[in-house]
Amino acid sequence: MKSQTHAFVKESTIVGSRKNKAVVETAAQIIFTICAFFAVLAVVSITLYMIISGTPAIFQVGLKEILFGTVWKPTAAEPQYGILYVILTSIVGTGLAILIGVPIGVLSAVFLAEVAPKKLAMIVKPAVELLAGIPSVVYGLLGIYLLNPFMYKIELALFEGSKTHQFTGGANLLSAVIVLAIMILPTVINISETSIRAVHPSIKAASLALGASHIQTIFKSILPAAKSGIITAVVLGVGRAIGEAMAITLVSGSSVNLPLPFNSVRFLTTAIVSEMGYSSGTHRQVLFTIGLVLFVFIMIINVALSKILKKGGSADERQ
Amino acid sequence: MNGSNTLMKKRKRPLDTVLLAAVYISASLSVILLLGIIGYVFVKGIGTVNWKFLTSVTSALNQTAGIAGNLVNTLYIIVITLLIATPLGVGSAIYLNEYAKPGRIVSIIEFTTETLSGIPSIIFGLFGMVFFGESLGLGYSLLTGSFTLTIMVLPLITRNTQEALRTVPDSYRSGALGMGSTKWHMIRTILLPSSMSGIVTGIILALGRIVGESAALLFTAGSDYKLPRFGSDFAANVERLFTKTTESGGTLTIELYLQMQKGQYETAFGIGCVLVVIVLILNLLTKLAAKKLRPV
Repeated sequence: MKSQTHAFVKESTIVGSRKNKAVVETAAQIIFTICAFFAVLAVVSITLYMIISGTPAIFQVGLKEILFGTVWKPTAAEPQYGILYVILTSIVGTGLAILIGVPIGVLSAVFLAEVAPKKLAMIVKPAVELLAGIPSVVYGLLGIYLLNPFMYKIELALFEGSKTHQFTGGANLLSAVIVLAIMILPTVINISETSIRAVHPSIKAASLALGASHIQTIFKSILPAAKSGIITAVVLGVGRAIGEAMAITLVSGSSVNLPLPFNSVRFLTTAIVSEMGYSSGTHRQVLFTIGLVLFVFIMIINVALSKILKKGGSADERQ
Repeated sequence: MNGSNTLMKKRKRPLDTVLLAAVYISASLSVILLLGIIGYVFVKGIGTVNWKFLTSVTSALNQTAGIAGNLVNTLYIIVITLLIATPLGVGSAIYLNEYAKPGRIVSIIEFTTETLSGIPSIIFGLFGMVFFGESLGLGYSLLTGSFTLTIMVLPLITRNTQEALRTVPDSYRSGALGMGSTKWHMIRTILLPSSMSGIVTGIILALGRIVGESAALLFTAGSDYKLPRFGSDFAANVERLFTKTTESGGTLTIELYLQMQKGQYETAFGIGCVLVVIVLILNLLTKLAAKKLRPV
């Protein structure tokens, strides 16, 4: 009788608590695993939902009519849903923003990493980081308040007396491109600077020892060595520019046109933002198709990015 | 003669001068643009910001312009989003760093996390509108907005926690396990406290992203700007606090967008100024968190 009680007590303390511990351990592991798979679940369901909501319009209107049609009249009596100009605007706009933003960004990164005195760099760098956090609507506000009136003046001077040009009040492709170029600056500067600083000092030392000037060393040895980081910066910049919506919605104008600098244009993103609110039926479904097109672009960029990062990583290991 | 020239005098390289000039011009352009933007918004908006602007609601009847309702909405979305995203993100990082064996599964999870951080907010907005709003029937509400943003900020928290966990030396782990601690106990008492600075940094970065977000919220959380109406009954007030989450509510950024759409630049710059100040404070907090909470 006594030993039985003893055994009972023993079981409820040590053995029991070990059992409890095992339960807690397994529970913890399961919970963490579920947490980790949440990201996978999210990406899979986003992909599925984008496809599910983006494809009906393709069957209704026709793939060719949507992707290669140039007339966007979703609310007309006989609606037409061609988004070719919208796609072209996103590509051209992003390309131009990269063309302007990347050289300025990379050269600024060179300044921060190689040219600037340490104290100055220590002031400028946090300022650049700060800008990455400024909400996109604030950029949009400045675009519409400062840039558009300025563009309108240029437009009036350029197209004075023109009968064919539709005046836009300054809300045009060029304004949007400038806003986008400024918005990608922090990304490009930060990542390029990091990769320039990561270049092994022996490369710089060798170049200087061979008699190259500091500038020659920067442009002929350091920048080529930091190539993969700079490409990463460009790809991230492309991703940010093509996906930006709120900053350029009001700045870029409000009608679908061929992406010429002084035309009022719609990007993939701005078409969704400005029309989703009042759209219905097929019009709404076509907007989801636009979302799907944007999603495909982004996925291509993501895959390209992970390829570059992998390649860059293995190159580092080889050194 | 020639020899002494090259030795004593520096050879002039015109290309060098041009390139150096380009570097200086680009750098000063960046700095002027970036500081100009912050300065301009601040100066232009600070005149509008006063106590009444922050504590009243825009009303044509009372002739007031205020952002109190939007502040409350922003706060709601911040709290709900972080309450869900922080455990999920930290848990995911713990799994990736402490439990998972390197291999296919880890690389898939890491790739999807990267992908999530690369998806533009307008896509999150569309997804949130269709999935949370329509499929789950939450409509335009603060909850829909918060759920959408949870997915969006998850990678930020995961990545920062993961980086912090990586810096915890392995001797901590083997020391704790060797003394008989179980794995969960070791994670709870050793790993999480030593990686606190990374977790807090992730949370602050997520906070910044939430405050600045607009495209993902326009079609999920909606644009209502009114304050929750409280009565004198305590129980009813508490209930009101919760039912608010199922109602539409626009954050500061959404209100800014709507105001500039209407051409109300004064109010828009006022909100812009508030946003810039918040971003500044969050930036300082990140620096502080990295410094103060670093494990000794």
